[in-house]
Amino acid sequence: MGLLVSEKDIVIPGQIIADGMDYLPAMNTYRGENNIISTRVGLIRVVGRSIKVIPLSGRYIPKAGDTVIGRITAMSTASWFVDIGYASEAGISLKDATSEFIERGADLSQYFDFDELVVAKITNVTKTRLIDLTVKGPGLRKLVGGRIVKITSTKVPRVIGKQGSMISVIKNATNTRIIVGQNGWVWISGESPEEIQRAADAIQMIEREAHTEGLTDKVEKFLGGKKNDSNIQEEN
Amino acid sequence: MTATYKKRTDGRAFDEPRPMEAKLGVVPRADGSAMFKAGKSVAIAAVHGPRQLNPAFMRNPKKGVLRVNYNMMAFSGSGERVRPGPSRRSKEINLVIEKAFAPVVDLSEVPNTAVDVYIELLQTDAGTRCAAINATALALADAGISMKDIISAMAMGKVHDKICVDLTKEEEDMEAVDIPVAMMGNSGKVTLLQMDGIISREEIKEILKKAREATLKVKEVQEKAIREKYGGQNE
Amino acid sequence: MNEDYIRNLIKNHKRLDNRKLDEHRPIKIEYGISSKSAEGSSRVRIGNTEVVCGVKFDVGEPFPDKPDEGTIMVNVELLPLSSPEFESGPPRVDSIELARVVDRGIRESKAIDFKKLCIKAGEKVWLVFIDIYPINDNGNLFDAASLAALAALKDTKYPKYDEKAEKIIYEERTKNPLQLEKHPLAVTVNKVNGNFLLDPTDEEENVIDSRLTIAILEDNTLSALQKGGDEALTPEDIDKMIEMAQKAAKTLRGKI
Repeated sequence: MGLLVSEKDIVIPGQIIADGMDYLPAMNTYRGENNIISTRVGLIRVVGRSIKVIPLSGRYIPKAGDTVIGRITAMSTASWFVDIGYASEAGISLKDATSEFIERGADLSQYFDFDELVVAKITNVTKTRLIDLTVKGPGLRKLVGGRIVKITSTKVPRVIGKQGSMISVIKNATNTRIIVGQNGWVWISGESPEEIQRAADAIQMIEREAHTEGLTDKVEKFLGGKKNDSNIQEEN
Repeated sequence: MTATYKKRTDGRAFDEPRPMEAKLGVVPRADGSAMFKAGKSVAIAAVHGPRQLNPAFMRNPKKGVLRVNYNMMAFSGSGERVRPGPSRRSKEINLVIEKAFAPVVDLSEVPNTAVDVYIELLQTDAGTRCAAINATALALADAGISMKDIISAMAMGKVHDKICVDLTKEEEDMEAVDIPVAMMGNSGKVTLLQMDGIISREEIKEILKKAREATLKVKEVQEKAIREKYGGQNE
Repeated sequence: MNEDYIRNLIKNHKRLDNRKLDEHRPIKIEYGISSKSAEGSSRVRIGNTEVVCGVKFDVGEPFPDKPDEGTIMVNVELLPLSSPEFESGPPRVDSIELARVVDRGIRESKAIDFKKLCIKAGEKVWLVFIDIYPINDNGNLFDAASLAALAALKDTKYPKYDEKAEKIIYEERTKNPLQLEKHPLAVTVNKVNGNFLLDPTDEEENVIDSRLTIAILEDNTLSALQKGGDEALTPEDIDKMIEMAQKAAKTLRGKI
């Protein structure tokens, strides 16, 4: 009776993870007849009496408060539409785009143009998944230059690491600027394409091996090995 | 008097499935994908979504829509080349596979979207819709689609007087009765059942009992394939 | 999405995956992947791009003007399975163009002697169906499809034909291979910002100005050409592209 799995165990859909009524089903689990069952491939988290599954795969599902990276796909007279890797596009209204006063009928492309990238925050998600974004706030802005690497959004916490430790390792070793959106879009910018590539390779390695132990060591080893091969220019 | 089927053409026991093989991630550009092989029947399934559903009138504001598309490659049939494109048969298979997953797939978190499953048969030797279902279950799990349970399917049948598990094409051609069955892993509830032929109520009972045993063997192969990609121990 | 970044890289003779401009991704060829169903079959992987191909025979009447010749039919189905963009955007490649380039590469080179496909002149000839399917579209379907077709044809053996009953016995395959007189291989050379590159990924295909697909035989002669893309090519461009393709074809040929 009780828990049939341990913290961080990997479970699959349909797997019975607890017997009896001692535990409460949380995210990605449900109560069966007299047990709790997982609905996703993921890692077990037990917090007190509640048991949940942190998924290891799947597309990004937007939620309010997430900082995401997106691409401007269209604009109307009063808003921009942004692809953030979800089934429907998100919107930025005039008041959430800039603190500048925008005149009626102004050409919105002077603020954000087609195909431009933004780092934005989700302010609201409705029940039917209409998504509002804002670009007003610390760190929120248009992204110029650089390249995007897309990873599974469920792996984002591993790429960032505890208090940003993992991403700092990569930034320092490759002398790049990196922004990780909760939606799994990662923006990498820097002086040297080789270094951007190494950062991208490191991020993709983390994505592949997110469920393994000793990831920080692996990443440091991966990045430490080749650092002097390339002619990086030290700046700032 | 009907003939007796004494020994299966490929030497298997009557309740013995063909060798099975499964692998996840065979279509890297999809959100989830898998290959499932039962004997010589080979299916690959790829899931794209949840993504925008067009045309808009098909959208459901309460939940996402699961759409299945089964296709035999032109060279994959027994005998003549199969004309490419949808047929009445493939359209029916799409429908019954969608229904086979309806009891377990939960798309309430992704309203107005589509989850598209594309199934391609590379080689066929009977039991293709079951191989397709087994591949689909894996591809959905790989795509992170919420599922209450794993679905496993088996091509059951009756050849002459014997109930057989996992018929080959050769057996199907012996005036056999085909009975594809899909079941939920935990409860053994039936999510797909089709049959053409003549069979008794007693026999159906027997067939469903044997199908349960056989689909649990399928489930083992499916679980192993998921573990191979994502790690962790079998229960 | 990374268009500007990729264009800049190529200007500096660099690519997203650190390859040289004239370098193909690793190539893997498997034969007989549908050996129960198809008379010949193959799977070709170029990096993460995967294409499968199967060959089926049928018997039909010859064309009246060529009573002693059989024929081939090449068909490419672009599967929505193979790419997330299939439903949302305009296709990067067109299945009919793709099929016709592969078809011409084989037909015009006389890789298959159509006279050898004759069963009874004026009455019965073999029809050879070559069906090609991309499984994972990670770019450069042209080269992958051509390679897959050639590999599947090399794997092909005739089924038995029952003259009396006038039908094919597909279950009984003969030991007779389909004879290939030549081995045409297509290499696509792509032009971006005045630079030429081989084997683009799907991301790179989005920034290509023009391309030239060149089917090449073992003696370096050409058996099909197809120019694509929006920008024009100079005769000098074309000459350079052919040279580049001929060099690459030699390497590719070693994989079969």
